[in-house]
Amino acid sequence: MRKIFDFHGGIHPPENKHQSTQGGIESIALPKELIIPLNQHVGAAADPVVETGQHVLKGQLIAEAHGFVSANIHAPTSGHIRAIELRTANHASGMAVLSIVLEPDGEDRWIELESCDQPETLDAQAIIAKVRAAGLAGMGGAGFPTSVKLGGKDIQTLILNAAECEPYITADDILLRHYAAEVLAGAQLLARVFPRLESILIGIEDNKPEAIASLEHALAAQPNTGNTLAIEIVVVPTKYPSGGEKQLIQLLTGKEVPSGKIPAAIGIVMQNVATARAAWRAVRYGEPLISRITTVVGKALKKQGNIEVLIGTPIAHVLSERGFRETESERVVVGGPMMGWAIEDTLAPVVKATNCLLLPSKEELPAAPPEQACIRCGLCAEACPAELLPQQLYWYARAEDQEKLRAYNIFDCIECGACSYVCPSSIPLVQYYRAAKGTIRQAEKDKRKSDQARLRFEARQERIAKAEAEKEAKRLERKKAAEEAKRKLAEKQAAEKSASAYSATESAKDSTKDSAKKDAGEPDMKAIKSEMVKEALAAAAAKKSAQQDDSSEAEKELKRLQRGLSSAESRLERARATLLKNQEEGADATRLDTLAARVKEAEQKVNDARKKLEAAQ
Amino acid sequence: MIDILLQHPFISALVALGLLAGTFGAVLGFASVKFKVEGDPLVDQIDELLPQTQCGQCGHPGCRPYAQGIVNGEAINKCPPGGQATINALADLLDVEAPSLDEEHGQEDIKKVAFIREDECIGCTKCIQACPVDAILGAAKQMHTVIAAECTGCDLCVEPCPVDCIDMIPVESTLSDWHWELPNPAQIIATDRQNQEESQAA
Ligand code: SF4
Ligand code: SF4
Ligand code: SF4
Ligand code: SF4
Repeated sequence: MRKIFDFHGGIHPPENKHQSTQGGIESIALPKELIIPLNQHVGAAADPVVETGQHVLKGQLIAEAHGFVSANIHAPTSGHIRAIELRTANHASGMAVLSIVLEPDGEDRWIELESCDQPETLDAQAIIAKVRAAGLAGMGGAGFPTSVKLGGKDIQTLILNAAECEPYITADDILLRHYAAEVLAGAQLLARVFPRLESILIGIEDNKPEAIASLEHALAAQPNTGNTLAIEIVVVPTKYPSGGEKQLIQLLTGKEVPSGKIPAAIGIVMQNVATARAAWRAVRYGEPLISRITTVVGKALKKQGNIEVLIGTPIAHVLSERGFRETESERVVVGGPMMGWAIEDTLAPVVKATNCLLLPSKEELPAAPPEQACIRCGLCAEACPAELLPQQLYWYARAEDQEKLRAYNIFDCIECGACSYVCPSSIPLVQYYRAAKGTIRQAEKDKRKSDQARLRFEARQERIAKAEAEKEAKRLERKKAAEEAKRKLAEKQAAEKSASAYSATESAKDSTKDSAKKDAGEPDMKAIKSEMVKEALAAAAAKKSAQQDDSSEAEKELKRLQRGLSSAESRLERARATLLKNQEEGADATRLDTLAARVKEAEQKVNDARKKLEAAQ
Repeated sequence: MIDILLQHPFISALVALGLLAGTFGAVLGFASVKFKVEGDPLVDQIDELLPQTQCGQCGHPGCRPYAQGIVNGEAINKCPPGGQATINALADLLDVEAPSLDEEHGQEDIKKVAFIREDECIGCTKCIQACPVDAILGAAKQMHTVIAAECTGCDLCVEPCPVDCIDMIPVESTLSDWHWELPNPAQIIATDRQNQEESQAA
């Protein structure tokens, strides 16, 4: 016998399991429409692959997983796609989410499924692919895509969770009573995905003797081929919340999952028993996940029990099928009394993770009494299975002190509600933690966004500064080049002047020399003279042209101003014309306003241009 | 030398002190060069808390200049996008009383993002020049569009648009960013309970 460990705290609320375990698994009539949300799982919403009006067969893929953490969605029955639109989600927020609306044709005709007669020959990749194709997502309540969890490399222990510790819920209990063999086959199948697996455990609370017997029976009947791992059924004492992932791991192995880590970090993976069975059916028969066993219980119902229900069935339909007496009911709860949430709109559908619908009568689950001051009794800390300090968390949640909440490990809280359950002041502690977690996550998101914005802002500033600097540098360069040119010109002129003076004296000397040798000197002298005249003429021309340049500068400026004026005038004319046209056509007031403003602006510009022109003249 | 020092303890004390002062001075000087802190850390800390909307409603050309302004003694309640939460955080950091938002600079509003009605856009690029975080994509004479994920909702692109085709639309909340609200504050006084029950019944 395996040693059973214990976890800290925990509570023993009334179990209320008998109401729903009397019957078997019943079925209900097909609803008039099925509402299949595209996001029933943790992760990205699936992408629809059908169109409005299209006819689909039972089991046909209607939405495809989007990315790695996502799940396929299949038609729960045959019929027509009526819409892909926003419908109320099965969610505490009551928000609407994109859903595929399917109108059943009543024939319930299956698409051809790809079964596999020898699942034991499949390798790990093939099994994971089939599980992924079938759109499996955790059926114990969290709805995490199953195939993602099967990717863990270094897993030694596979645990099937059959603890079902929350009061009222018996979906897994009933499932085990009927389909224990399939659950075990599913366990063996999933085990083969992990190459280093050493043990397969099934954790179940001792308040389900029938389910345990059924499991044992199936285990004895299981053909022992010798090359499979033995499955061990571990019966744990009934204590809420033994079915919490970390708590069950502690119970069965004595190991604690480190804060902020997933069980895979210590070589453990956990799957719900219903998920294991669905995995078996997906691989063996090619059946996608289109229905589930859900406990529908509470005194406000005529018939309590477990039903096999199609994913997407509106809760209202389930309720009417089970004789719901609205007058007696206090609220409609999805999930159990500890961790469930009330919904307002019963048109919300049953989804892959809906394990229970609780319809308590007013006496059965009265509204919580008003909250009173904390008396610091410490009962909450004693009850907390995560070994947190709920009282401290409560104070810091009220003070919205995110730093302290983190320091007190608020994210290790599994929202089990044990603390609220024991609190003598009936403080809805979990509500505070849920809200606080939400605000912290939001703050983190905002922070990420603002950091991003800061980076982008700074990058832009830098870019602009750089562009400015470049412009400035270019301007400086041009200025320098201009100065350089000026200087050179001046130098050249100076040099030329002295050179001409020099040549003049030289030539004078020459001429005296030349006069000595008269016949040779004559033509030289002439040439030099004409040379000088030419130079003088050129200089004069240059000077004159420079003067002209000056006068043409002013002229140019004048011309520019004139051009500016005329273009401003023509703009004004055009603006007036559009305004008139719009007035005739009867455009709306704001448009006319803007046009009128434009005319004013143009008038202003014309005046400005005129003034400038006058000043220049 | 040693003799003189030994004979005059007073001088030797002075010399020792002088040496010590010199050494530590050198060490400190070295440290201040070697471990120099870039920028003003307080400005950084304040900038961390500002929402980085870069909208300029505080009267500065961006959040960081306002952070600098706060360090220079400006009031901490001038940032409408940050709202009371930011004011509280700033008050906490600077250890002062948290004032309420200075309405002169605007009111706290729901989060919005810019949206360009693309068929009306004339491609003038004016909005691109106005956007402080480069959240608008487009080129001259081409249709422009806003990258919603990068838009801070600062509103600066709306005004320059010559054809008024930019709208500020509220950010839709989705299932993924929904979260629970805090329960009603505790009813501590017994007589309050009556009221609460009434309000629940209503
Ligand atoms: S809800 Fe959180 S704090 Fe309260 S008992 Fe459960 S784990 Fe502990
Ligand atoms: S159980 Fe309730 S009253 Fe007692 S310490 Fe915890 S929060 Fe306070
Ligand atoms: S008002 Fe605008 S620019 Fe100024 S700090 Fe706030 S978000 Fe930044
Ligand atoms: S797109 Fe407009 S509102 Fe958004 S950040 Fe840029 S300028 Fe601001």
